[in-house]
Amino acid sequence: MKLSIGSVTKPGSTRINKTGSWRTFKPIIDIEACIGCGTCSMLCPEGSAYKDNVSGKYAIDYDYCKGCGICAQECPVKAIEMVMEEK
Amino acid sequence: MEIMEGSRAVAEAVKACRPNVIAAYPITPQTHIVEEISRMVADGELVSEYVRVESEHSAMSVCVGASATGARTYTATTSQGMALMHEVLFNAAGLRLPIVMTAANRSLSAPINIWNDHQDMISERDSGWIQLYSEDAQEASDMIIQAYKIAEDHDILLPVMIGMDGFILTHVHEPVELCSQEKVDDFLPLYDPIQYLTTENPLSFGTIVYPNTYTEFRYMIHEAMKKAERKIVDVASEFQDKFGRYYGGLIDTYEADDADLLILAMGSVIGTAKDAVDELRSEGKKVGIVKVRCYRPFPAEAIVESTKDAKAIAVLDKNISLGYEGALYTDVKSALYGKNGPLAMGFVLGLGGRDINKKTIKNIVAKADKAIKSGIFEAETEFVDLDLEVL
Amino acid sequence: MQEELFAPGHRGCAGCGAAIAARLILKGSGKDVIVVSPTGCLEVISSPYPESAWEVPWIHSLFENAAAVASGVEVALKSLGRKDEAKIIVIGGDGATIDIGIGPLSGMLERGHDVTYVCYDNEAYMNTGIQRSSSTPYGASTTTSPAGKVSLGENRPKKNLPAIAAAHGIPYVGTASIAYPKDVIRKVKKAISIEGPKYLQIHAPCCTGWGFDGSKTIEIGRLAVETALFPIYEITDGKVTSVKKIKRKPVEDYLKVQRRFRHLLKSDRGEEAIKNIQDIADANAEKFGLDL
Repeated sequence: MKLSIGSVTKPGSTRINKTGSWRTFKPIIDIEACIGCGTCSMLCPEGSAYKDNVSGKYAIDYDYCKGCGICAQECPVKAIEMVMEEK
Repeated sequence: MEIMEGSRAVAEAVKACRPNVIAAYPITPQTHIVEEISRMVADGELVSEYVRVESEHSAMSVCVGASATGARTYTATTSQGMALMHEVLFNAAGLRLPIVMTAANRSLSAPINIWNDHQDMISERDSGWIQLYSEDAQEASDMIIQAYKIAEDHDILLPVMIGMDGFILTHVHEPVELCSQEKVDDFLPLYDPIQYLTTENPLSFGTIVYPNTYTEFRYMIHEAMKKAERKIVDVASEFQDKFGRYYGGLIDTYEADDADLLILAMGSVIGTAKDAVDELRSEGKKVGIVKVRCYRPFPAEAIVESTKDAKAIAVLDKNISLGYEGALYTDVKSALYGKNGPLAMGFVLGLGGRDINKKTIKNIVAKADKAIKSGIFEAETEFVDLDLEVL
Repeated sequence: MQEELFAPGHRGCAGCGAAIAARLILKGSGKDVIVVSPTGCLEVISSPYPESAWEVPWIHSLFENAAAVASGVEVALKSLGRKDEAKIIVIGGDGATIDIGIGPLSGMLERGHDVTYVCYDNEAYMNTGIQRSSSTPYGASTTTSPAGKVSLGENRPKKNLPAIAAAHGIPYVGTASIAYPKDVIRKVKKAISIEGPKYLQIHAPCCTGWGFDGSKTIEIGRLAVETALFPIYEITDGKVTSVKKIKRKPVEDYLKVQRRFRHLLKSDRGEEAIKNIQDIADANAEKFGLDL
């Protein structure tokens, strides 16, 4: 790839860096318990908790989730559990 | 043709280039330039955003932000102000922003001194800015118009600083011919950035570069500098075609063709040297001048070519790389290395506003003559008119 | 999937408060903004060439000049007839804002540029390895204000930049915390809707620098607010126009869960320092009428 003049880069291009590989613990959302409030999505440093438009519930994009556990910590109905990654 | 102060001549040229944004902080002897521009803005003669910043660091930073947004920008400073800009100068060049700046060349503190030498610009030699030095008010003015054309060329995209000797040129009243707005508009098209901050194409500027590509990014700037050599020469010719005035390309020569001794220098001292050379020529001395207009990119080839038939050269430096010698002298010797060129002598003079007159130049020529005859130049670096009594 | 203007794949630590702040700020602003960032953690984690996490036009120049660069962007848009294209937001850390960049920031506020300056306050120089800044709170141990045999860590309180900003007579100053995300979004929306210079300071806990598990970033942020150590308020046209009322907790609740304050819990002198910190909290509560 040719270098850009002045090291300018394209928007959102960090997406090629799949930070899911950093994870030690993995958030698992209990869909039954999830109330669709969006707290997990709002507070995720990666923006990797997203709303499933069909169910209205939330899901995790494991490509980027670093496993910090903020979502599990802040979920008002404790619908998210952090479990050890199996590798 | 009109008699006017050098600072006004520069301000008029800036106005004719229609900069979108001007940001400046007052510092002697740059003040008359920015005062005149302020007056033009206040009177509605110049429709620009003039930002009265709180420091030179911010003056250059405002230019960086504005230029990255696609605006044509201008600032002026000198001495301590330029030193305060130091890191922003490197940044502007690395971001490839074609900012144009006038430097009212002045010494650096301590001791504090407000008068002319070239230490301010010389100290920014490696910043990635194209450096041009002007001989008189007319050239300082005309070079503004040329500078935008050089800087904004898509093969170049580098900032340009134009040196004009503080007080000697900023405050002198000389006959100056201003360029008409119509002709300048024709000569200098609107700035057409290749990339800029816009929501239509939301690029990121100023990213962090790792060891794997940093060298290549620096090389790209270096390459643009090398391309600027050709561009500076071409723009000088285009300017001549349009406006009828020519100051040389990277260098200019005076009475140089058959000269045994050539004086190499930058800035207003060239005018004094020309008068001295006229008198020496009438006495039958074969003396000439190589005026170095462009210091970065360094015109090594042009200097080698122009000096190859001389017996000796005397390099005049209004700066000192403390612990070594004048910077131009170092660079000229490096250019001549292995070229079987003339004997080179270095003279440091005119520091902090010390007057340089015809006699100063003639004394240097006499010293050089002696060296030519003996084949030996005694001092490594000669401090001209150094008063040993007070040391 | 929802629109993300601060893209994933950035290099922030797991649990990064600054990344949460960046996301929330852009949720408030929407895409029609130009963002200027000074050097710092957020800049480094978001722009490793050839990548960028920013989906909006973004520029980083230097450490101390973001406010001046933003001033330049603003006047350029004006001059080029593009003023309606975008709002301008600076997003910078406390070191860049409150220490090294305070001169350019003061200049930008004084000159009246239409720029929203947002400081994400994580109370030390995190990018260089957790050195003390003038926003580091009293009693915190950092790598340049370490707790030691004769030191209790940082010996000065946080510099009050919101008050300094307000003293410039600007139309809007606000504080917020990432622990209250909707409040952050609302304040960003409000700030950019007001013409002129605005200053927002957003408390953004740093798990790596403060010494707590990355899952607790929000909880710690909430405790800072609930103990009155980081009061949440707005100053509109020079007057305090809103405060976040709290059911106050003792400062120990906040201090004991962070490594940077842990030394205070281990000695008599530390106990004294905790009293001093409680005094700071009490003064904040009284000044802003925080208690419910």
